[in-house]
Amino acid sequence: MTITESGLIGKSVKRTDGLDKITGCAVFVDDIQFGPNLLHSRLVRSPYPHALIKNIDTKKAEALPGVRAVVTGKDMEARLGLYLIDRPIFASDRARYYGEPVAGVVATSEQIAVEAAALVEVDYEALPAIYDPVEAAQEDAPLLHPDLGDYPVANFIFPQPGTNISEHFKIRKGDAEASLASCAAVAEGRFRLPPIEHVPLETHTSIALSEKTGQITLWATSQSPFAMRDMIAQSLGISHNNLRVIAPLVGGGFGGKAGVTMEACAVVMAQAVEGRPVKLRFTREEEFVGTSVRQSLVSDIKVGCDADGILQAMELTYYFGGGAYNDYGVNIARAAGYSCTGPYDVPNVKADSLCVYTNYPVGSAMRGFGMPEIHWGLEQIMDRLAEEIGMDPVEFRRLNCVRTGDEIVSGMNMTPIDLEACLDKVTKAIHWDKKEAPTAPNKKRGKGIAIMWKAPAMPPNPGSAAVVRFNEDATINVEVGGQELGQGTFTVVAQIAADVLGIPYENATVSYPIDTKYSPYEWQTVASRLTWSMGNAVKAAAEDARFQILETVAAHWDEEIEDLTIKDGLVISFKSEREMPLNKMVIYGLPNENYEGWKGGPVVGRGHFMPTYVTNLDPETGQGTRAVVHYTVGAQAVDLEVDLETGQLEVLNIASVYDVGRAINPDLIMTQIEGGAVHGMSSAFEALKFNEAGEVINPSFVDYRIATIADIPRKIHGDFVETPIDDGPWGARGVGEHVMVQTAPAIANALYDAVGIRFSDLPLSADKIYLALDEKESQ
Amino acid sequence: MANHKLSLIVNGHTEELLVSSNTTLLHALRDHLGLMGTKNGCEAGECGACTVLLDGEPVNSCLVLAVELDGREITTIEGLSNNGQLTPLQQAFADLNAVQCGYCTPGMLMASTALLNRNPRPTEVDIQKALVGNLCRCTGYQRIIDAVIKASEQGSAQ
Repeated sequence: MTITESGLIGKSVKRTDGLDKITGCAVFVDDIQFGPNLLHSRLVRSPYPHALIKNIDTKKAEALPGVRAVVTGKDMEARLGLYLIDRPIFASDRARYYGEPVAGVVATSEQIAVEAAALVEVDYEALPAIYDPVEAAQEDAPLLHPDLGDYPVANFIFPQPGTNISEHFKIRKGDAEASLASCAAVAEGRFRLPPIEHVPLETHTSIALSEKTGQITLWATSQSPFAMRDMIAQSLGISHNNLRVIAPLVGGGFGGKAGVTMEACAVVMAQAVEGRPVKLRFTREEEFVGTSVRQSLVSDIKVGCDADGILQAMELTYYFGGGAYNDYGVNIARAAGYSCTGPYDVPNVKADSLCVYTNYPVGSAMRGFGMPEIHWGLEQIMDRLAEEIGMDPVEFRRLNCVRTGDEIVSGMNMTPIDLEACLDKVTKAIHWDKKEAPTAPNKKRGKGIAIMWKAPAMPPNPGSAAVVRFNEDATINVEVGGQELGQGTFTVVAQIAADVLGIPYENATVSYPIDTKYSPYEWQTVASRLTWSMGNAVKAAAEDARFQILETVAAHWDEEIEDLTIKDGLVISFKSEREMPLNKMVIYGLPNENYEGWKGGPVVGRGHFMPTYVTNLDPETGQGTRAVVHYTVGAQAVDLEVDLETGQLEVLNIASVYDVGRAINPDLIMTQIEGGAVHGMSSAFEALKFNEAGEVINPSFVDYRIATIADIPRKIHGDFVETPIDDGPWGARGVGEHVMVQTAPAIANALYDAVGIRFSDLPLSADKIYLALDEKESQ
Repeated sequence: MANHKLSLIVNGHTEELLVSSNTTLLHALRDHLGLMGTKNGCEAGECGACTVLLDGEPVNSCLVLAVELDGREITTIEGLSNNGQLTPLQQAFADLNAVQCGYCTPGMLMASTALLNRNPRPTEVDIQKALVGNLCRCTGYQRIIDAVIKASEQGSAQ
């Protein structure tokens, strides 16, 4: 780890938002006060997973005293979508999942809104529902979207009208079939994951205000205020400058607050009661029932290697259960397609990655964006193949893992990474070569390994903009449009700006809340892209401000810009050894000789970044020059034990190491690695559960368990390596999502090491493990 | 719905309130007194985000009816630090980056404060027992444990 000359890049400075958050001063959407003018609202939700809506009668609800409006999707053509515009704001002719909004009620109190929502009468005609993505992909499956062919779609997404398939991404590279036939060892399997929820502690909340001037303001729990503005503006025909999205600090996102969830409902309800703000706040139950989920996946994997253990071929089919609307999910299937092999060199690949409509909640982005889903199967099948050919799982991965410059599955050359270094570190930390004794005679202990890769999954050209604005005393405001979700991005951009400008970190303040009226553009806070993309934009903005400063001072001193620098808030000349405090000139400029005029003026730096080098992929082969901007890679190793009497599994140690390119703030990276390891562990035991009628049956913290403080591993051995990339600030890339991608398969591999049983389906519940142990015993 | 008059001693100040019979302490604090530091995470006593101190004991404020609390003492996150002086526990949370999104943080701080008041030198297990009802999706909890231990080593929470 190295630290820059200014000393801030590579330094673990404290969080800029820390003091706000430990004193109760941090403002979240729910904390904004609107006074007595505020109206409350509630959504009416479909009790069927799939049904035609024959009629909606709102009269009784409207007649309840205190009700100000009841809105439905009737006569509203508007649909929402980022990549595939398939989602109505309120279902009008057909409901496609249990809990889908069909109407919204606005009232003077929350209680009246709840009562009125129960008075909205909806006539449904139930339709056959389908939940399994493999069944839903068949030609004779009940269709969710007969109009699929009419939906607007991005030019890199390939829906199949007349089926439930919303995206079909293909890889055809070499001859997988022939190669598999000649492999010395082949492993094959089907793996399943259920839908899971993001479970942020802060539930989705919006307040919308539609003014008589036509101006609409939306306060929202949002990871992507600009994408939210764009989607809602386009959907409702509002000009972008008349729709203002204000997004305060987010109380946990994990992808669930990307795009649009329920915010358009709030806008439509506000339009019905002009001049009064309308609040829509999801209860915890609604957070489980009515928000997007991580998609389910069924993956069929066949992989073969030669007698030396070198991977030769893979055949893959991924069936992503995209849920009722796939406006975001299609790009998850695409990302899973172009990264389908996992971090391995495989010369022959045939892969089909499908996103399939099902009657489950909307599948969407969740931390890892398709990668936790595919690595669940990939990282177990690699263990099986290693065993088949008689190699240690770590040696097998070391032999086959992707290296810098390799031609990877999509045909691009691998950007700089060092996966072997990550493997070395985790195996050392977990004592891979040492068989350790369980802590009790009724327990068995085992170790498992898993590696991963992930590229930012996004359109080819998502942009970031930034402004660095000086104040009179040479403190700065850093203006960005990326969002602070807890990951620490505001801290990192303050570091970057202060470092470039040679001012103390404490003198850099990030301007928030993010407000589309004032903040510079940012595509979305997703894809672990902010340190890289927004970091580049902030660096450019700070460099622009720096140049303005040096240009003015150089002219004032009659020196060359190249001879000057800024250090500790002073412009200094290496040549003349003169000094100029920034606060003498960043606003007021400097006088010419004898005060015959002035030069300079208020310093405002601007910068932007947009990748310009991502290319399209051939729709038939998935091949192209550069599918993605870059990859982040990492390794995890797990040491666990299983209680043979209860099936209870306890993770004792997790070693977790990622190649971050360059660590801007090492301790913040560690907070991601630690939090992600626990999130990844928790995800191995989570499932959103449905009964046969398609209803969610565990919409509470009691029934949908997430890891508590009592469940954490005894130790998380976190670390990182630094192999700089060429397009990130000082070589840095993101690591926020990667840290949970392969935790579940590492646990499954350790479980196999402990008890000799493979589990191909998540969740790894104690009852499932117990029954499998029991069955093994009786054999 | 009948309105009930009551007085609460909140962060050392006596506050007169008019609440409904079904108003929870959480809503009394947030909606009647504007103390927004206490967070609403589930309103079912399952996540701990709304933890405050009631006569020094941690409670889920979403499960306590305000009408039952006439004359009682409440401490919220806003009452922890005074005149810019953080408690050792708050300082430890900041120093150890035990905070990410911050939504669970007020509840975590209140529950940990109560723990340190009754047990100035808790073990890791004591801390896990005391905070098992406070959910966090971001941090992985270890730094929260470390922060409580660090604060305890400095003597007290206050």
